Amino acid sequence: MEKRVTFSTTAIGLLFAAPMLLLIFVFFYWPSAQALYWAFTLEQPWGGGNRWVGFSNFRQLLEDPIYWQSVTRSFVFGISSTAISMGMALILALLTDRELAGHRLYRSVFIWPYAIAAPALGLAFRFILAPEAGLLSVINRVWPDLWNPALDGKDAMIAVIIAFSWKYIGYNFIFFLSALQGIPRALIEAAAIDGAGPMRRIRDIQLPLLTPTLFFLLIINITESFQDSFGIVDVMTQGGPARATELMVYKIYFDGFKGLDYSGAAAQSILLMLLVILLTIFQFRFIERRVHYK
Amino acid sequence: MKTKLLLSAAGALLAATLASGSAAAAEKTKIDFWFGNSGDIAKRVQEQCDRFNQSQGDYEVVCTSQGSYDASLQNTIAAFRAGKQPTIAQVSDAGTLDIMLSGAFYPANQLMKDMGYDVNWSDYFSGISGYYATSKGEMYSFPFNSSTALFYWNKDAFAKIDKDHAPATWQEAAEDFKALKAAGYACPLGFDISNNEIWQYVEQFEAVNGEPIATRKNGFEGLDADLVFNKNPLLVSFIKDLKSWYDAGAAVIKNKATGQTFVEAFAAGDCQAILTSVGDHGNIGRTAKEGMNWGVAMLPTYGEAKRHSSFVGGASLWVLKGHSDAEYKAAAAFFNFLAKPEEALTWSTVTGYIPVRNSGYDYLVSQGFYEKAPYAGRELAIKSLTVSGADHSAAKGIRLGGLLQIRKEIANALQDIFANNKDVQASLDGAAERGNQLLARFAETYKGVALP
Repeated sequence: MEKRVTFSTTAIGLLFAAPMLLLIFVFFYWPSAQALYWAFTLEQPWGGGNRWVGFSNFRQLLEDPIYWQSVTRSFVFGISSTAISMGMALILALLTDRELAGHRLYRSVFIWPYAIAAPALGLAFRFILAPEAGLLSVINRVWPDLWNPALDGKDAMIAVIIAFSWKYIGYNFIFFLSALQGIPRALIEAAAIDGAGPMRRIRDIQLPLLTPTLFFLLIINITESFQDSFGIVDVMTQGGPARATELMVYKIYFDGFKGLDYSGAAAQSILLMLLVILLTIFQFRFIERRVHYK
Repeated sequence: MKTKLLLSAAGALLAATLASGSAAAAEKTKIDFWFGNSGDIAKRVQEQCDRFNQSQGDYEVVCTSQGSYDASLQNTIAAFRAGKQPTIAQVSDAGTLDIMLSGAFYPANQLMKDMGYDVNWSDYFSGISGYYATSKGEMYSFPFNSSTALFYWNKDAFAKIDKDHAPATWQEAAEDFKALKAAGYACPLGFDISNNEIWQYVEQFEAVNGEPIATRKNGFEGLDADLVFNKNPLLVSFIKDLKSWYDAGAAVIKNKATGQTFVEAFAAGDCQAILTSVGDHGNIGRTAKEGMNWGVAMLPTYGEAKRHSSFVGGASLWVLKGHSDAEYKAAAAFFNFLAKPEEALTWSTVTGYIPVRNSGYDYLVSQGFYEKAPYAGRELAIKSLTVSGADHSAAKGIRLGGLLQIRKEIANALQDIFANNKDVQASLDGAAERGNQLLARFAETYKGVALP
C-alpha cells in the first residue's frame, strides 16, 4: 500500500500557510481594498477626512476624452513593446540554441538588462537618444530634425518603447532559451535527417512546441507593459511632449504622488486593474485555444 | 503559572524601556527634520544642523534629506498617517495649501509664543511672508530656502551687439535676441517648456506684470478661485511673441531630453540669455566657461506694464502635530537659531538662496556681501521680490490646490503650441478649463474646511 504523509488536522495545515497568507494579505489585499475604498471617496491627502462620492471619480475619468487617449496610448505602447521584446528575444534565443560561437556567454549576459532599475535605464536611454548631444545625434547631422524625442511626440513614444523593450528582451530570452532546450534533440535531428533546413525546423517543430512559453510570456509582457512603464516615462519624457507619452500608469503616478489626488489615482488604478484582468481573460479565452500543452 | 511568568517578564521589559527612555531624555531631546533638497544644498542643510547641535547641549536635531520636494512631502504624509511623523518638515510652495488645510501642524506663530520666544514677524520680507501667511497675515510656517527668478545674460555676447545692459522690457529683449541671432549666435534665449520649468514664463511673468493667474487673489481668499490667466492680454501676447522668436530661431528649447538643460547651455556659453532661479547663481558661477562675463537682471516687463513684485519660490518649514512639549521646545530653539543674521550670511554664501528677513539682509549688506564678485547681483532678487512695497493689493503668491497638476496642464498647452503648432489662445483656454476642473475637485475634497 502507498504511504502518504498528510497533516492530521486542517488547523496545522493552515498554520503552515499562515505566514504566506499574512504576507499576501498585508501587501496585496489590504492595499487593494484601500484603493478600492478611496476610489469611491474624495480623500484628503493628510488624512483629515474623506467623503463618499459614489461613482463620481469614475464618471469624471470616463467622460474625459484625454483619459481615453491615455488608454489608447497604453495599448499602442503595450502591443508594440511586447511585439519587439518577444520577437527580439525569440530570435536571440533561437540563435543561441543553435550553439553559435559565444552562446555560453550570451546565455548569461542577456538577462542583465532585466536587473537594471527602470529610472537608471531611462537615464541611460535619455543620454543615448538625446537629439543634440546623444549617440543618436549623428542621425540629425545627416538628416537634420529627423529625430527629436524632446519635441516630436512620435519620436518620444518610440524612445520609451525601445527602452522598455530592451529591458524585457533579457527576461523573455531566458524563458525562450530554456523552453528551446527542453525540446528533445531527437525531434530536431530526425527532421534534419529528413532534409528540413533550419527555418523549416523552426516553423514546424520548435515554434509549435514553444507555444505554451509564448502564451505565458505574452500575458506577462502585456501585463507588465501596462504597469511597469512609469519609471522609464518619468525619467525620459515625463509624459510629454504634449501628452504624447502619458500612459495610464504614468498618469496614476503623477496624479497620486505629485498631485496628491489620492482618490483620482485610486480610481485610475481600479480601472487599470480591470483592464488588465479583461485583457488576460481575453487572452486565455481566445489565444490559449491555439496553445498545445504536450 | 506560565501566564504570570510571562506577565512579569513583560513588565520588567517595559520598565527597562521606560528607564532607558527617560535616561536619554535627560541627556538630550532629539527631533527629526525632513527636507527635500538634494546634492550640494542637502550638504549645506546638514552643516546648518550640525552648527545648531554644536551651539548648545540640550537638543539634537537629526536632519534627513528625502531626495526631492515631492518625495519629502509624500514620505512626510505617509509618516503622518502612520503616526511616525518628524517634528519639522519642509514643504515646498506647491504643497503649502494642502498642509495648510490639513490641520496636521502646530502653527509657527503659536509655537514660538508658547515656547516663550518673541518673534518679530514683520522682519520677514513682505514678498516672502505674504506667500506663506494666511489670509489674515498669520505665519503658520517658517520661510526657509527662498528664491525668485532672474534674467541671466551673457555680457560678452551682448557687447557684440553694442549693448551694455540687460533688456528692461520684453520688446527690447526681442530686438536683442534678433540682433544676437543676426550676429551669429545659435541660441539667443534658451528656455524649456517641461512642467518644472514653465513657472518663469507664466507664474513669474504674471506676477511681474501684475496680471492675476486666478480669481480670489490667486486663491488666497478662498478655494472657489478660477483660473483666468488665459484671458490676460499680456500673457497671451507674450506667449505668441515667444513662439515667434522660437520659429525664427531666436529662442531655443533646451532641456534634459534634448541633451543639455538651458542652465548648462548658458554656463557653457551656448545660450546668451535664460530665466532661472537666483538659486542657480552660485552653480552658474562655479560652472561658467573660463573668462565668460555674465550678469543678472530683474525679469523684463511687458510693454507699458508697471513692474510688480515677483513671486518667491522655495519652501518653508512646518512643525507637525503629535509630539511632546520637550520636542517642540527643541524645534523652537532650532528656529530661533536659524533666524540669526550670521546664519543668514552663511546660508546665502554657501547656497544661492536669499536671506528671508530684513535683519539678515541688512547684516549681509553691512558685511559687504553683495559687493564681492561671486555674490554681486543677488541683491536684485530681493529688489525683485519687494518692488511693490509691503501693502500693495495684488496677490502675493499663488494658493491653488493641485498646483503641480495645473502646471502640468499649462506645460502640456505650451508643448502643444511649440511642438505641434497649435493655436495659442485655444491651447491656453484648454489648459485653464482643465485646471478649473482640478480646482473644483480640490474644493470638493476639502468641502467644509475653511481656508485660514
